[in-house]
Amino acid sequence: MEILLSLFNGILIALEPINLGLAVIGVVVGLFVGAMPGLGSVNGVAILLPFTFVIQSFTGGATSPMIFLAAIYYGAMYGGAISSITLGIPGASTAVATTFDGRPLAMKGMAHVALVAAALASFIGGTVSNVLFTAFAPLLASVALSFGNPEIFALMLLAFATFVGLGGDDIPKTLFSICFGLVLATVGFDIISGEPRLIFFDITGFSHGIRFLVLAIGVYGIGEMIWTINTSRYGSSMSKVDVSWASMIDAMKRFQEAWRGTLIGSLLGFFVGILPAAGATPGSLMSYGVTKMLSKNPKEYGKGAIDGVAAPEAANNSASTGAMLPMMTLGIPGSPTTAVLLAGMVIWGLQPGPLLFTNQPDFVWPLIGSFYVSNLVAVLVNLAFIPVFLWMLRMPFTILAPLIFVLSLVGTYAAYMDMFDVWLMVFVGVGAFFLRILDYPVAPAVLAIVLGPIAEPKLRQSLLLSDGDFSIFFTRPIAGPITVIAIILILLPLFKVIYDKIKGKPAEA
Amino acid sequence: MRRAEIVTAVLLGFFSVYLMWKSGEPPAWDPDVPRFANIGMIDGEGPGSGFWPFWLSAIMLVSCVWIGINWYRKKSPPSVSEEPFLDSYGKRTLFFVGMGLLGFLILIHIIGFYGGILVFMIYYMRFLGRHGWGITSLVSVSLVVFSFFFFDIAMRIVLPKGYLEPLFIPLYDMFL
Amino acid sequence: MNMFKSMAIGVAGLAMATVATVGVANAWEPTKPVDFIIMAGKGGGADKMARLMQSIVEKENLANRPLVPTNKSGGSGAEALIAAKKAADPDHTIMVTLNSFFTTPLRQPGIDVDIMSFAPVGRMAEDTFLLWVHKDSGLKTFEDFLAKAKADGNKWVMGGTGKNSEDNIITDFLNNNYGLDIKYIPYKGGGAVAKDVAGKQVNSSVNNPSEALGFYESGDMVPLVAFTDERLPMFPDVPTLKEKGADFSYFMQRAVVGAPGMSDEALAYYTDLFTKVYNSADWQKYKSSKSLMGDFMAGQALRDYWTTQRNRHESILRASGAIK
Repeated sequence: MEILLSLFNGILIALEPINLGLAVIGVVVGLFVGAMPGLGSVNGVAILLPFTFVIQSFTGGATSPMIFLAAIYYGAMYGGAISSITLGIPGASTAVATTFDGRPLAMKGMAHVALVAAALASFIGGTVSNVLFTAFAPLLASVALSFGNPEIFALMLLAFATFVGLGGDDIPKTLFSICFGLVLATVGFDIISGEPRLIFFDITGFSHGIRFLVLAIGVYGIGEMIWTINTSRYGSSMSKVDVSWASMIDAMKRFQEAWRGTLIGSLLGFFVGILPAAGATPGSLMSYGVTKMLSKNPKEYGKGAIDGVAAPEAANNSASTGAMLPMMTLGIPGSPTTAVLLAGMVIWGLQPGPLLFTNQPDFVWPLIGSFYVSNLVAVLVNLAFIPVFLWMLRMPFTILAPLIFVLSLVGTYAAYMDMFDVWLMVFVGVGAFFLRILDYPVAPAVLAIVLGPIAEPKLRQSLLLSDGDFSIFFTRPIAGPITVIAIILILLPLFKVIYDKIKGKPAEA
Repeated sequence: MRRAEIVTAVLLGFFSVYLMWKSGEPPAWDPDVPRFANIGMIDGEGPGSGFWPFWLSAIMLVSCVWIGINWYRKKSPPSVSEEPFLDSYGKRTLFFVGMGLLGFLILIHIIGFYGGILVFMIYYMRFLGRHGWGITSLVSVSLVVFSFFFFDIAMRIVLPKGYLEPLFIPLYDMFL
Repeated sequence: MNMFKSMAIGVAGLAMATVATVGVANAWEPTKPVDFIIMAGKGGGADKMARLMQSIVEKENLANRPLVPTNKSGGSGAEALIAAKKAADPDHTIMVTLNSFFTTPLRQPGIDVDIMSFAPVGRMAEDTFLLWVHKDSGLKTFEDFLAKAKADGNKWVMGGTGKNSEDNIITDFLNNNYGLDIKYIPYKGGGAVAKDVAGKQVNSSVNNPSEALGFYESGDMVPLVAFTDERLPMFPDVPTLKEKGADFSYFMQRAVVGAPGMSDEALAYYTDLFTKVYNSADWQKYKSSKSLMGDFMAGQALRDYWTTQRNRHESILRASGAIK
């Protein structure tokens, strides 16, 4: 009851004209920044951070500045889906999984269905996590504390397990792709030994590692794009898509099919999001994998399943609210964006930590209230803009293609401010094009480069803790069960092959 | 495509071997450490710095051999495909798009992103897309103007300008 | 004025005069946005400070062109050092540094960077280190800690940021000076270390105050000893290691440097700019609330400080076997 009262007061403050105005502006800014390939919530938040100082000097307090930045964060999570679906390039790592089914839907002329599903799933994901956040924040903070190195590693293993089925039908090529991504993830600096690793030809550009967006934009923006130009031949535009009220309403009706993915994404995304070091990207990937595993017809995934769009989108919004939790209550950021938000809180004179909820209720509750408000604003703004984004798809191919190439190059530069990354991105893209023709699945490599940099240090930190004894992953109360489930899931396809062999059936092609 | 399949597998196999060799590299400051000292388990510490990349590269190599076996037994679709790896249309596409991108990248270093975008858009729309000069210049110029205001002014992401930099100084005076 | 600013202010109904108040006394001024390299990743101590400095410059309207922060954390700062060394326009390139400024050129001689070639813009603060344990460990004093860590041998685990980093150097000192066998586990960032001490995943840490403050206030983490010359005003009851008889103190430099080849006029401009930042109320407030030490230092004094620090780190790293 006390919580409800605080929340109610918080929402009232969030609805004050200045705060509501800041929320609307933040959402719109976030939506466009998120929709731009290469830029994500982190850019929007980092760039407008100094400006919040100005807001603060007018309103006093840290509430209004934080509402503004949180709204950008929210808007960007919605925006990420837009470029994933319409352009086929994930705008940020959180939206990679959205491309898996969003792009095929767009190619089939159902971009409006995908965009509407993404918006509504995001809204539900955001709302579910807001409720969980409101009700259980202090309790969940202690859950996050109990996740040490072995637990995080076990969780990463589970994330991999849900993706075993993601590759193509060709087992060695899928295996190659996963391992290749994991090896690329080790390029750069090894924090455990303090030594540089795999610096090819001593080029300094490799010392910061092979960044996620270099691979993702290269693969999807350049590789897939050349492949599409090559296969669509003389086709004039990406897809014929119908922009009308009737089609929008039809799209909303079809969203009902996606209840399962939305639900899984909302819950799983939130839980993974609150774990420090994990963040929204593994959350959205795992939700996609789990939804596919539990689906009645997993074969549809990757070819345009609405659930395949709803699950990661519900998850990344849910996770982004979840990621606020360790940031506010433990002072550790789960993602680059929350790192900047954390810097903001410190700059405004707040001390994140376990006492934030008790010491700063005037800050916390209006902020939580603003989550509800921003979420509602974001879904309305997003739905209103969908026809504009659909219009892009109808552009002639010979205009859209160079636009996508330009956005890929500019976006990569904007993300990392390094020309080396831009060259590497184009190089990766051309390579991915060749591998695409030969049926090498590229998605596993893109996923591996997200999970690898989290998994490897956690594995080694755990083994340092246990003097090199692997039993640490099995004997701890939380890590143990997760590890066992992950191993069973990884070996499941193998059992199936053996079972089929014994039964004398031909192995599934 | 059958030949491309095995050629690619062999090339990727060699690449995997290179990665394995590279993973075992000793630290630059200590010439006394032998190569491959870091790829095993270090007593009481767990895996060394080269463990993860070395053994994963080894799995990559195994995968390549496996792909080769599938090729020999004609099990994978590309290994039985009669289609050419890239037909003449594909080669032309790849050549013109690839050259365009390469030119774009080189131009960025000379006349910066904004000059490069202008040239690339004109090249692609006018010469590959065969659009008229009117629409070509409209799209190219508005993309450049939009990008400048979006990135340099609004987002404060300063894109490289190469030798065109002096042209932008007055714009900074006006808008920043 | 940037676009979003204008929009935001319009809607919020805030009237703000945009009078440029800078550029009275300076002959040289930046003509384009200034590249502000951060030698560490997003969210760390250096990043927070850099963004605070940038915010102060914007808020007080101190510069006529914006500072544009870029994180270059690769290779423990090697990437940032090389980027600054190769900067096309040294007059518009400045960098926020920490102690990897001293250690990285020693550990990675291949990058061929001479830190004395950088322009000494200004040292903004020195960050401090304390030894932290969890309150449930029952340890109250540094002596308790020594006894317990000695008894536990290599079962006593210290979390820290990176290998051969500041945290590692302090841990090595404790091990060598007190005959301990503490196991050191490198993490990516100080926040994660503090969280793992609070969550009892590791036994102790040597976090900066700013990283551990949240858990200190909640009572989860307890400081036992400070690695400073004098007691910190914020922790008056925590003794220094010097009081405990060891001649050891250790700080993290938080300095702004200019790219090699920066002109004297530009250097004078940036030194003046960061003097203003240092003297601003916001910076002073941050400095005292996060228990930072060190006065502003620039020019030859800062160069001399670098020489001392580099020599000290060279001997520390050589002693621990991290360089030859």
